[in-house]
Order: sequence, then structure tokens, then C-alpha cells
Amino acid sequence: MRNPQLNKHGELQHLLTLDGLPRDIINTILDTAAPFTEVAEREVKKLPLLRGKSVFNLFFENSTRTRTTFEIAAKRLSADVVNLNINTSSAAKGESLLDTVDNLCAMQADMFVVRHAASGAPMLIAQHLQNTGRDHIHVVNAGDGRHAHPTQGLLDMYTIRHFKRDFTNLTVAIVGDVLHSRVARSQIAALTTLGVPEVRVIGPRTLLPTEVGKLGVRVFNDMREGMKGVDVVMMLRLQNERMNGALLPTPQEYYKIWGLTADKLALAKPDAIVMHPGPMNRGVEIDSAVADGAQAVILPQVTFGIAVRMAVMSMLGSN
Amino acid sequence: MQIPDAEVLCRELAEQIRPHVTADTALVGIRTGGLWLAERLHDVLGIQAPLGAIDVSFYRDDYGSKGLHARPQRTEIPFDVDGAPVILVDDVLYTGRTTRAALNELFDFGRPARVDLAVLVDRGGRELPIAARYCAHTLAEPLPAAHNLELQRATDGALSLQLITRG
Repeated sequence: MRNPQLNKHGELQHLLTLDGLPRDIINTILDTAAPFTEVAEREVKKLPLLRGKSVFNLFFENSTRTRTTFEIAAKRLSADVVNLNINTSSAAKGESLLDTVDNLCAMQADMFVVRHAASGAPMLIAQHLQNTGRDHIHVVNAGDGRHAHPTQGLLDMYTIRHFKRDFTNLTVAIVGDVLHSRVARSQIAALTTLGVPEVRVIGPRTLLPTEVGKLGVRVFNDMREGMKGVDVVMMLRLQNERMNGALLPTPQEYYKIWGLTADKLALAKPDAIVMHPGPMNRGVEIDSAVADGAQAVILPQVTFGIAVRMAVMSMLGSN
Repeated sequence: MQIPDAEVLCRELAEQIRPHVTADTALVGIRTGGLWLAERLHDVLGIQAPLGAIDVSFYRDDYGSKGLHARPQRTEIPFDVDGAPVILVDDVLYTGRTTRAALNELFDFGRPARVDLAVLVDRGGRELPIAARYCAHTLAEPLPAAHNLELQRATDGALSLQLITRG
């Protein structure tokens, strides 16, 4: 079976996950994103690539930042963008996911940007489009369940490449709630594909998947130990809304043990960068002074995110 | 076909442009060959405004059918386009579609006072109403579509024209 994200010419047809995405395609996306960063400085912040195309933002789960950056990216490519907040619409009335998609296809959709609480929902849509002969319509996963958040993973890789140039001599630590994090899964897949020799995950046992070591990472349950000598610190958000049961003591206690504070950051390399996918819980997973400090590259991540999403959408739009 | 000497043409082109250069003239080269030529002209003509570079990948009219050009590069316009007399520089003028794309892109940076086109070679075969004000060489016969004429730059910076026939 061919990779469901690629068309018969091996080009990107959908972006569903970074797991199994070939290295040269990841590199092409990062290379393509670079010239898009410059568009933000122009008087006219628009390129004509997706002129006349309709991009539907299908958000079955709340999100402000991701939806907004996708919207800005699509608009800078001159696409028409329609935002559907499904929480308050048809799904609430009982319409199935694929019926919603079919209806939007009947409105001449060219691309779906999908966020869904269920892992695999974007894949289901992509397969449905393929099974019904609608190969010209593309799907971008904007985060599904605990599975993947590929554009976040890509913008993180873009950020690392921007500040560190080369992946093949880095030690990267992913810290926090890996269990609930689709971001972490996409980061691990991309870092591994791009040849990062050491990827560490740091977190309490209750917030790490039991088999996480099988992803090719080193597991640390002691944050101070795990932080030693790292080049990149990727913090994760503590996903309180996804937790049920006693996974954690209190946020204060979590901060004390797992929060990124200046003294813990001091164990990393002096030029280490600090990343966070947002939204941040200051004083829970990250200290305010670190989040605003000289080593933080959290706001550049957001800016690069627009360019990376423009690159993905413009590559899909022509395939 | 005799392939003209790019270095000779380059000097001729510079002499054609020289009488029209003013204190605020700006040059913009179209990547990649046009930018090499523009770098040379910028130097030879002593242009004051910093050199601009355009990659037309995002403005091409065949994006829908051919997709995004692999590895697009940055467009950099480091001067104020508003009110500037701009000379757009390309190595070879053919259909005019690249020039059209570059003009569209340039105008997204502002409203230039005027735009002239300078090319090393006009190979004929225009598909749009576009003409070069400065042109060092016009081929006697339009080059057939299967031929590709493009500028090359050697490691020592020497420019040459290469004729490539697509099989």
C-alpha cells in the first residue's frame, strides 16, 4: 500500500502525520517555507498561488492560534477561507463527519484543514475523498486526538533549523505531558527522520506513554538529569482538559518538579533554545522569566508557523 | 547557431544603460541568471541603490499545471520601490511570462516611477506584449521551443551562454 499522504507521483497529496513522511519531503517543506517568511515584510502581504481556491477550516475542537495561523497562511496565498466551528453547528445536530465533508465538497472545497478530538479523523476524510474519486481535494491535519499535529512539528523543525542549522549533532529534550501530546509525537517523528542523534523525553511516569522508549527516544524521569547538555528544550503544555483521574498531584507541585525554571535551564548548553507550542501555562510547566528570557524562541515559532503552513498549502495546492 | 559571448554582450548592455542611469536608478535581477547579470551591471554602472533580487516562483502562471518550482528562493527588495526608477534585469527574454510575473511581484512592494527591462539576449517567441528597452543581442531567427538558452556563471565569476536541447 502506498503512503496515503502521497499521490502516485510520490508528491504530497495530504498532510496527515510526520510519522513515515520521507525525509526529502520534510526538507522540501522547510526549504519552501524559507522564502515565505519574507512576505510578512512586504507592503502587500499576499501571493497569488491559491487565488480562486477555497480552504475550509474544519475545527471540531477549539483552537485559536492554530486556526488563526492557518487562516492567515491561506489568506496570504490569496485563498478564500471559510471557518467552520463545528461545535456549534451540524455535528451538534447529529450530522456525521463524512456527511459534513460531502456537503462542503458540494460547495467546491479545494482543501480541508481539520482538527478533531478523535485520532485518525483527518485520515478518514482523506480516504473518503480518495474512495470517491476526489483526488483534487486536499486534507491538512491541524491536530487529531493524541495522534499527530504535523504542521506544529514542522514549524518546530523550521525553528530548530533556523537557530541551530544542523540536526545531526543535536541533543533535543521534550519535556512534560507526552502522554496526551500529539505535538510530542509529531516532534519525535520529525526529529528522528531528520537525523537528530539524541531525542530525550522528560516527564513523570504517569504522563509518559508506557512504550515511549520504542519511539527511539531516551526516557528521563529526573528532569535535572535529562536537561544536562541539551541544545534544544521543547516544553509541552500540561493538558489539564484531557486528564481524568490522578495523573498529577497539584499544579504547584508539578511546577516544582517539572517546571522549566532558570536553574534547570542552566543545566542545558549555554546557547540552548527554549520552545513551547502554546498556549503556555506560566508557573505550571514554564517559569515566566524563562518564557520571556533570551533563550526563548516561542514567538518566532508562531511567526515561522505561518510560513510553514503557507509552504504546505502551496505544495498541496498544485499536486 | 553561433552562441554569442556573454562577457562581450554584458559590456554592450552596460553601455546601453549607462546614459540613462540617474542617482536613484535601482536594479532588480530575476533569479538566477538575471541576478548574476544584475550583480555585474550594478558593479560596472556604480548603481547607488542596493541590488534587488526576485524569485518569480510564487507568481508564475503555470503553478496550477506545473506546481511550485522546487526550492524557491527569497525575493529581496532592499530599497524603497515607491517612486524609484527600476531596471528589471534578466538573462534571456523569451515568452515574456517571467517578466510579467516579476512585474506583478515588484508592484506588491510599491509603485515604481518607471520600470525598464534589460536583457542580454532576446530569443524571440513572445507570448505577451512585453519588450526590452535594453537588449545586447537579438537572435536572427527565434529559437525553437525545444532549445533552452541560459546564462551560466563559472567559479571565477565569468559569464557564458549555454544552449541546451531538450530531448
